Amino acid sequence: MQEKNKDISLFRSRIDRRNFVKWSSLATGTLLGPGVLVSCDNKSQEIIDPVREERIIRTGCPAHNCGGKCLLKVYVQNGIITRIETDDRQKDDISDPQLRACIRGRSYRKRQYHPDRLKYPLVRTGERGEGKFRKISWDTAYDIMYSKISGVIEKYGNSAIHVPYGTGSYTNTNGRWPAARLMNLLGGSLGFYNSYSWACINIATPTIFGTLETGNQRQDWMNSRYILMWGWNPAEMKDGTNSDYFIRKARENGARVVCIDPRMSPSAVALADEWIPVRPGTDVAFMSAMAWVIINEKLTDNEFINKCCSGFDKSNMPEGYENEESYRDYILGTMDGIPKTPEWAEKITAVPAATIRRIAIEYASTKPAILYQGYGMQRRAYGEQVVRAGATLAAMTGNIGIPGGWASGLANQAGGGPFWTVFPSRSNPVKGTIPVYLWTEAVLRGKELGPEHGLRGADKLDNNIKLIWSVASNILVNQHGNINRTIKILKDPDLLEFIIVQDNFMTPSAKYADLVLPVCTQFETWGIEDGWKYGEEVFITPKIVEPPFETKSDYRICADLAKRFGVYDKFTEGGRDEKDWVAWFVDEIYRKTRFPDMPPFRKFAAGNAGVYTKPVYEPKIALEEFTQNPRKYPLNTPSGKIEIFSIELFKAGQPDEIPPVAKYIREWDNPFDEKAEIFPLQAMGHHYNPRVHSTHDNNEWTMNAFPQRVFINPADASERGIKDGDLVKIWNERGAMILKCRITRRIMPGVIDIPQGAWYDPDEEGVDRGGNVNILTSERWTPFARGNAQHTIMVDIEKA
Amino acid sequence: MKRYGFHIDTVNCSGCKTCQVACQDKNDLEPGLIWRKVIDIEGGKWHDDGGVFSEYPFAYHISMACNHCSDPLCVQSCPTQAMHVTDIGTVDIDQDKCIGCGYCTWACPYDAPRLNHRSGRMSKCDLCYDKIINNENPSCVDACPMRALDFGDIDVLREKYGDTRTIFPLASPELTEPNIIIRPHKDSLKASGRNSLIANREEL
Repeated sequence: MQEKNKDISLFRSRIDRRNFVKWSSLATGTLLGPGVLVSCDNKSQEIIDPVREERIIRTGCPAHNCGGKCLLKVYVQNGIITRIETDDRQKDDISDPQLRACIRGRSYRKRQYHPDRLKYPLVRTGERGEGKFRKISWDTAYDIMYSKISGVIEKYGNSAIHVPYGTGSYTNTNGRWPAARLMNLLGGSLGFYNSYSWACINIATPTIFGTLETGNQRQDWMNSRYILMWGWNPAEMKDGTNSDYFIRKARENGARVVCIDPRMSPSAVALADEWIPVRPGTDVAFMSAMAWVIINEKLTDNEFINKCCSGFDKSNMPEGYENEESYRDYILGTMDGIPKTPEWAEKITAVPAATIRRIAIEYASTKPAILYQGYGMQRRAYGEQVVRAGATLAAMTGNIGIPGGWASGLANQAGGGPFWTVFPSRSNPVKGTIPVYLWTEAVLRGKELGPEHGLRGADKLDNNIKLIWSVASNILVNQHGNINRTIKILKDPDLLEFIIVQDNFMTPSAKYADLVLPVCTQFETWGIEDGWKYGEEVFITPKIVEPPFETKSDYRICADLAKRFGVYDKFTEGGRDEKDWVAWFVDEIYRKTRFPDMPPFRKFAAGNAGVYTKPVYEPKIALEEFTQNPRKYPLNTPSGKIEIFSIELFKAGQPDEIPPVAKYIREWDNPFDEKAEIFPLQAMGHHYNPRVHSTHDNNEWTMNAFPQRVFINPADASERGIKDGDLVKIWNERGAMILKCRITRRIMPGVIDIPQGAWYDPDEEGVDRGGNVNILTSERWTPFARGNAQHTIMVDIEKA
Repeated sequence: MKRYGFHIDTVNCSGCKTCQVACQDKNDLEPGLIWRKVIDIEGGKWHDDGGVFSEYPFAYHISMACNHCSDPLCVQSCPTQAMHVTDIGTVDIDQDKCIGCGYCTWACPYDAPRLNHRSGRMSKCDLCYDKIINNENPSCVDACPMRALDFGDIDVLREKYGDTRTIFPLASPELTEPNIIIRPHKDSLKASGRNSLIANREEL
């Protein structure tokens, strides 16, 4: 007990430069107890003037899948981070703007030195989820891991092991990739494809374009005259460092910017000339009515359609499909008898017909124009449709393959863009892969899953998942749909025989583990970070301070475990540590591919620049070659053209849920039918400024700035006698939570917003007090991408 | 005397509070103690036209710390002369003289001085004195991802950005002569006490 208190005194929330001398004595190890890995250098006590001993290190901001990558300037005194600043390069122009960190990066000390950091390996002593653990040694932890992993391989086979999706750490040496590599050396594990972020857009984009590379480099936004930010909120969720700043610059360059979102987001306020609220889940109705106006006003780019597209109208249908419903047929109601007029859409979307008409004309006649699709609206029941509908508008107006235009779709950066991961996980000997959102299905009934459930690479699976090894992930509980269902599955030892979690904190997922391993932060080991979806830069993240207590990097844990399995040399490629790998990434990957002019690792690291950037003076335009010469450079689609009518989707044979042309499909939870009488409000869970998904939920600086609240429109609140700041109960058939409310005009009536990522914190009755929206979301997946539909939620709310 | 001041661009401010946290980090402020804050203003109304919304509200953000006023009421109201104007024209608190009575907070129309519960004394933005005497910007300015804050000699800033010193709901500048220039968000022109309010009081 005494030892525990000492730990807390070391990792209390405040590190004060003025208390520096006191700190330096703590860091000498005199108060730390055995086994602590922090500096034992007695000389540090001699330091009197902390300023003199200040080190400044430039590094990539700890990467937690925020969608950006920024530069930090970290001040260190005697092994402790005392201040964090950001990019201070003199030049800050559009070709190579400063990579300024956001609130999350700037507040990192409150995470880094949080008293709740995991410190020792822990083994479960209570029930799963109860949060009772006992401290064990690393030796014992590795013994357990070895025996459980080899036991499951022996009893069931490798496909019974799963290293789940997880994006809590993205520096290659910290994160899930080392564990995936080790498993692949041991015979593999059940793999997955797709993500929780982009399931539908990732699968739907290639059905239109045959590629995911549909985004121009962002400097090209300066060439645009009209930008529709559709459900896109870069000021808050980033989607590329500086995307918000680029929009500012495009606007100053003359572009008109319109934001369409149920919420008056920070982007709607600061980046847009106009905001239009739209009812969640009805964007395709809005887009379809825009198409109706564009067709009727004869604003289509017929030359582009004839040259580059397939399936727009009767004359444009692919060979053999001439009698099927074209996009024009759908819009005009030729076959279903419903013309998709602005008046039709008005009742669905809550947007006035006149507004729809005006936006359609503005978009189609102010060329070049961008329709940028956010990702929230594709994490919905029929998320595939909104991706295809947006891209269809871009196609019918000829805004593709030109400067200032935008193809829509996933929009990976033209010319290749960043590498997502460079750590070589090696190939997985287990061939079957599941859609990522179906992992609970694979626990319950993996052997029954087949291609009809999206299983790839195999006709069936040999096993249900029996062992989960979760690294830098909070999807086990916190981030997956329908928490009450998930925890029931996790609690059953007959289903999952063993659960291992590696993390920085005792997350809601870690509480369900049998074995919890303490991982150091990204400031405490070497790593490398690429830009994100956008950007021409790569960061190295040096080890800035020592890993405290008994924490280790994910890579080190896997390397130690590799020893037990006798594959250490193979795993480490002859003994590489984290820094050796980073050197290898720079010298053998980046210098040989993306950045030939980047200095060699040794020189680059010594220079303390933190980031290597390549200015963009002539932004690349996606699909340019194709649009200029579609015969010579056909797309990788069945027709070789932009498939407004998708042959692949036609062949799926489920026209009601997977139509070959983009259609508005009423969601299974919606505000229109009888169920809405019981649960009348739509809920959404937007990506919130103070967190990256569930990371930083325990950061006092960010969470004091933006506390977790349910945001309610004044009309919905007053109807229920709810006042600003009241505790309210929010519930549906899946679960309930009690949370403080904020009454705000910035959310449309009929919709509430519970920002996603808050840590699940149930009371004795199982009512969540942490504000986790997934207590209300569904595990149900989308029809084609088998993606998560976690924003399709109906609820009711009352004063608690 | 030369005066330093801020340009606050409410057109481009997204309310992200990176400035607020950069300030907390630079000055080692306890959670709950903020020297720079971001005010969220909401105004206007929803008009429900039979399930169709024909009128929408508006919002904008104002990032604000101490305005280092030329006629600082906090200095006048301080009973111990702890609050004073420094040699470079900024307003600062002599921690040896401060008794934490909070009169400065009552006097300040911008709610800038805050009680530091740990020291029992008042505290506030010192304009990053240590940085500006080295010709660096205050931390908040260089933190802004939208480049919506600027800093410098107020006369130079006025030439560059004009002389708007207030928008709703800030106090009349005649009260304290704040050294700020505001670039008004388009919707701030519509805002008034009758149709608008501060929506995030609990965060301030």
